[in-house]
Amino acid sequence: MSGAVHWAAWSVFGVFFALVTVLGFVAARWKAADLNHLHEWGLGGRRFGTLITWFLLGGDLYTAYTVIAVPALVFTVGAYGFFAMPYTIITYPFVFAVMPRLWNVCHRNHYLTTADFVEGRYGSHWLALAVALTGVLATMPYIALQLVGMQVVFEAMGFGGMRQGPEIALVVAFVILALYTYSSGLRAPAMIAFVKDIMIYVFVLAAVILIPAQLGGFAAIFDAADKAFQAKPAAPPTGLILQPSQVTAFATLALGSAFALFLYPHAATGTLAASSANVIRRNAVLLPTYSVALGLIALLGYMAIAAQVPAKGNAVVPALILRSFPEWFAGFCFAAIALGALVPAAIMSIGAANLVTRNIWRPYVNARMNPAQESSIAKITSLLVKVGALVFIVFLPLEFAINLQLLGGIWVLQTFPAVVFGLFTRWFRPLPLLAGWAAGMALGTTLSWMQGVKPVYAIPGVGLVYIGLIALAANIVVAAIGTALASAMKLARSPDATLPADYRDAATLPR
Amino acid sequence: MRRFLPLLLLVSYVALLWVPFYNRREPALWGFPFFYWYMLLWVPLASLLTYAVYRGRRA
Repeated sequence: MSGAVHWAAWSVFGVFFALVTVLGFVAARWKAADLNHLHEWGLGGRRFGTLITWFLLGGDLYTAYTVIAVPALVFTVGAYGFFAMPYTIITYPFVFAVMPRLWNVCHRNHYLTTADFVEGRYGSHWLALAVALTGVLATMPYIALQLVGMQVVFEAMGFGGMRQGPEIALVVAFVILALYTYSSGLRAPAMIAFVKDIMIYVFVLAAVILIPAQLGGFAAIFDAADKAFQAKPAAPPTGLILQPSQVTAFATLALGSAFALFLYPHAATGTLAASSANVIRRNAVLLPTYSVALGLIALLGYMAIAAQVPAKGNAVVPALILRSFPEWFAGFCFAAIALGALVPAAIMSIGAANLVTRNIWRPYVNARMNPAQESSIAKITSLLVKVGALVFIVFLPLEFAINLQLLGGIWVLQTFPAVVFGLFTRWFRPLPLLAGWAAGMALGTTLSWMQGVKPVYAIPGVGLVYIGLIALAANIVVAAIGTALASAMKLARSPDATLPADYRDAATLPR
Repeated sequence: MRRFLPLLLLVSYVALLWVPFYNRREPALWGFPFFYWYMLLWVPLASLLTYAVYRGRRA
């Protein structure tokens, strides 16, 4: 980026940022309740209907980092970067089948987190601790990457000669975010998500109508990208369609990521905040709308190639925006992306805070917290988590956060057997599940680390496979063998605090 | 029959994970190679299948 400062863009950006800041604080009075209860602060009192949940989860799952990094990947490698499309399509049938059961059992038993459910289901706070720690660990770098999304936007708008400008702007934005999250809890991102999502849709619509018109249509854009890839060397593989070596990697990454998505604390938090199981089912039908937007956003990578933007990596999308739109509208788009960072960052920090409070602090530090103490622990944790993410981005190399986020996806998938199988069967036992989790964590981390932190591993005779799925397979095998052995030896079973009826919809509720 | 309706949830997995089926350029549509418009088309299709399962619940 040159030293130019885009004042018009900054002004529009500032107006929207101020607007959502006000919303963030006002949100404390929305659906008014006592925010000194954790289920109010951390789950919005489970009162979000279909529309609010749609905005909240959409704003939560399709993050600023997605808007920046997916087109950047497509810009560099082509078709392979589109694995986000099948991923975010096939995740919803899974959500439809699984998440309503989780909502029901959590609602009946006043569980706030997936780890709460695991503890109740298996009577093991160690297994719950494993689930909670995995969630927190996977979330931290994810929050850090949201900051990257904001940073590139700030850099694109420019600071003139001010070298520390982006860092200072980042700290200011995050302090404001931390304050209204602290005071309003999940209501803040829920309210801001309305503004953010509508802005993102406007941005995407404008981009797919105006930019192709400038560049001679979609055929010309795909053509330019094709030529650019053909001019590149054969390795690493690139192209307008997948190279044969990329096919298994593409499919397994999509499948593994689809299974992992709703195990993340921010996704689980957004889901559990729904007002009924049917709200979740309706959202499994309606949320794919965002996947259309995501597919179009990914195409920005090819538009950037066709437009020959003088940028690479994460700077591609901002450069394309500045080149294609009048400056005031560029400011609007940048504000949309920055808000796209704030909403998930808030929900992620709340999700992590709920886990720390419920599944680490309560069982291991203070078992007798009253509701006010519980919510204040969560509020303070949400601050600390954000400070941690900020330190990450300002002081450590970006590579570190990216690598940890990648490992985080592999890790969070290892909570699948305890959580998802647990929703359908009590056959598995807690200790074997814990052993399976440990095996999956160790295998996944090792396989990835051995190759310099890569997501895929070459299995002879199969091809490149997502490491998260390989580790999950080992995880399930260990848990199944351990459970079969324990059952064969007729060892005593741990108590189950849930009832079969807890998993089904309440019969008396209207549809 | 209604018992088997939830199996519709699996259709989009087959359609999108069987990658060799759609990893091709032709037939293109409005400038979009097949690979791209096929995936975009599956967004509403998957959504409709899920809706069918939702409607089929109870009753």
